[in-house]
Amino acid sequence: MSVETTDIDVKDKFVELYNNNQDILKKGAPDYINQIRDEAFQKFKKLGLPDKKNEDYKYTDIKSLFNNGLKTFLSPKDIEFNVDDIFKCDVPDLNTEVIILLNGWYYNREKQLAELPGGAVIGSFQKATEEYPELVKKHFNQYADNEKEGLVALNTAFVKDGIFLYVPKGAVIEKPIQIINLLMDDENDFTQHRNLFIFEENSQASLVVCDHTLSTSNFLTNSVSEFFVDKNASLDFSRIQNEHNGSKQVSHLYFYQEKDSRINTNTISLHGGLIRNNINVLLNGEGCENNTLGLYLTDKGQHIDNHVFIDHAKPNCTSNQLFKGVLDDYATGAFNGKVLVREDAQKTQAYQANNNILLTDDATINTKPTLIIYADDVKCSHGATVGQLDMDALFYLRSRGINEKEAKLLLMYAFAHEVIKKIKIPALQERIHELVDKRLRGELSRCNFCYMNCK
Amino acid sequence: MLSIKNLHASIEGKEILKGINLDIKKGEIHAIMGPNGSGKSTLASVLAGREMFEVTQGEIIYEGKNLFDLSPEERASEGIFLGFQYPIEIPGVSMVNFMKTAVNEQRKHRGLEPMSSSDFLKLMREKKELVELDAGLANRSVNEGFSGGEKKRNEIFQMAMLEPKLSILDETDSGLDIDALRVVANGVNKLKSPENAAIVITHYQRLLDYIIPDFVHVLYDGKIVKSGDKNLALELEEKGYDWLKKSVVTS
Repeated sequence: MSVETTDIDVKDKFVELYNNNQDILKKGAPDYINQIRDEAFQKFKKLGLPDKKNEDYKYTDIKSLFNNGLKTFLSPKDIEFNVDDIFKCDVPDLNTEVIILLNGWYYNREKQLAELPGGAVIGSFQKATEEYPELVKKHFNQYADNEKEGLVALNTAFVKDGIFLYVPKGAVIEKPIQIINLLMDDENDFTQHRNLFIFEENSQASLVVCDHTLSTSNFLTNSVSEFFVDKNASLDFSRIQNEHNGSKQVSHLYFYQEKDSRINTNTISLHGGLIRNNINVLLNGEGCENNTLGLYLTDKGQHIDNHVFIDHAKPNCTSNQLFKGVLDDYATGAFNGKVLVREDAQKTQAYQANNNILLTDDATINTKPTLIIYADDVKCSHGATVGQLDMDALFYLRSRGINEKEAKLLLMYAFAHEVIKKIKIPALQERIHELVDKRLRGELSRCNFCYMNCK
Repeated sequence: MLSIKNLHASIEGKEILKGINLDIKKGEIHAIMGPNGSGKSTLASVLAGREMFEVTQGEIIYEGKNLFDLSPEERASEGIFLGFQYPIEIPGVSMVNFMKTAVNEQRKHRGLEPMSSSDFLKLMREKKELVELDAGLANRSVNEGFSGGEKKRNEIFQMAMLEPKLSILDETDSGLDIDALRVVANGVNKLKSPENAAIVITHYQRLLDYIIPDFVHVLYDGKIVKSGDKNLALELEEKGYDWLKKSVVTS
């Protein structure tokens, strides 16, 4: 079942799609999900898709993305490929069992939920709504913003599948879990997956999520992920975005942090035609730590837009934001980082920085770091830079015999390194180091597959 | 080895070098002295290929080649080394990676295979001792957080690693205490051979107590106004640059 979304008024198309296919959407989903679905649908009808008049989407034209003859599939299509052929993994220390989403659907239809050490569970979100209704009820759609974000309401209204991860109280998952979002079809698809990650008290885990395209079709993804991180829990989350330049994605991440919890996120954007990352963090308990980092390397006509919101709702929390980017050719980008320190959030420490290098006169970046502070005893800083490569440093390197191209690469790599060195998993750090090096050399486009593809 | 003829150079339309003539042969050490603003550092930059300076007249022949045909990296690979007056900090590039890239790029230029990692590390260890550099330096970023003395020693260390034919040391002695000065001078002296040459640019005669030059040239207002042996440096020390300025005006 599919419907093309070509018309100018995309909102109406989605409304029609929803109304005409309610039976398919609701079939197999528990009532509590369908109730949330209907509510979200009403909100979407009201909100529609954000246009450029919306301050939050000023630099990224969302509406035009939908006018591409994209198809929406309400059930998984049979697409055959041999996982073993594509992912011959040689990265040590990562969980060898990779979790795959194919066009937004949990790939392993035979075994939709799997146990991990310590009683943790990973698998299909759709399956989890049946098997773990209490957990899903408690957390699903609790952190995502359906009130203001039309795209989130759209995702919720059409919710079907995605990743479900549950890490119970005290469980420590030693090896990082790898999740791969694959896009592969001979048609142009619009996909929306929905992830739910639950980390209970004192638990610890790390996640690596990779986005990849395996066919040349045009893709548009609108994904929502919710993360509940309970008291004193610890989460490391790395994301590698490496889709081809004909694909576009908007992702919404919602992190909810309880007292004394710690989250590190690294968003490494290597390739993709258009990438919009919304990263929302709510520090809702004392003593939380949050490090939200990002690196983007773009060229040609690519567009990257990182939108970060850190909400300090409670005292004694620390947050660090660091986003760095290198833009080449006529690439465009935007960074919008907002830190809100609420009245109660005394002794907050919040730091924010966005640094950019533009390699050509045609590359552009719009950066807007913002602090909104209502508490009076806080330590906060923010800043943004846009510049070129340091000509003195370039000459210094060349004067030692290093040719200009190599010297520029060294400097760009050094610039990116500040983000890469913060990646906590050594094997992953090393791999990203290699990837970034390749990307800067312009060699990565040859490798269309996952970074795990080590053939 | 090096022949500079009637060299004129300017920056943003302002002429700094106004007709330099200088010949340097293998095995020689030339000291260039002069007051601030006389063009000493500009001469060093032009030799190394800094693009911000425009050469308006004259020529430089190095080892039979027109120097102006060579990019800064080609000059380095052909054996020219500039010790910077103000070494640049490059956060994120480790000393090891920097030197390894430099050594291997130069080897590539000469048609040699890249050096193996073990050979390279051995070479680094040897040369570090020469300038008494801290062992932890290798893992640090280039010049980042180095003290003034460490930065200058690092320049000599790089010179030792790259084994240039012609070294140009631009005020390597300024800002150094006497111990650091000895270390730097000692490094330079150990690297001296009948096959290579050095240009030592300095503001102070003090360095020349440790590095004995074969020739001393005095640069003033973009020209070499006086040349002599090491005694000229002593004379300058005694009489000051004013003596020279006057003699230039009167002559």
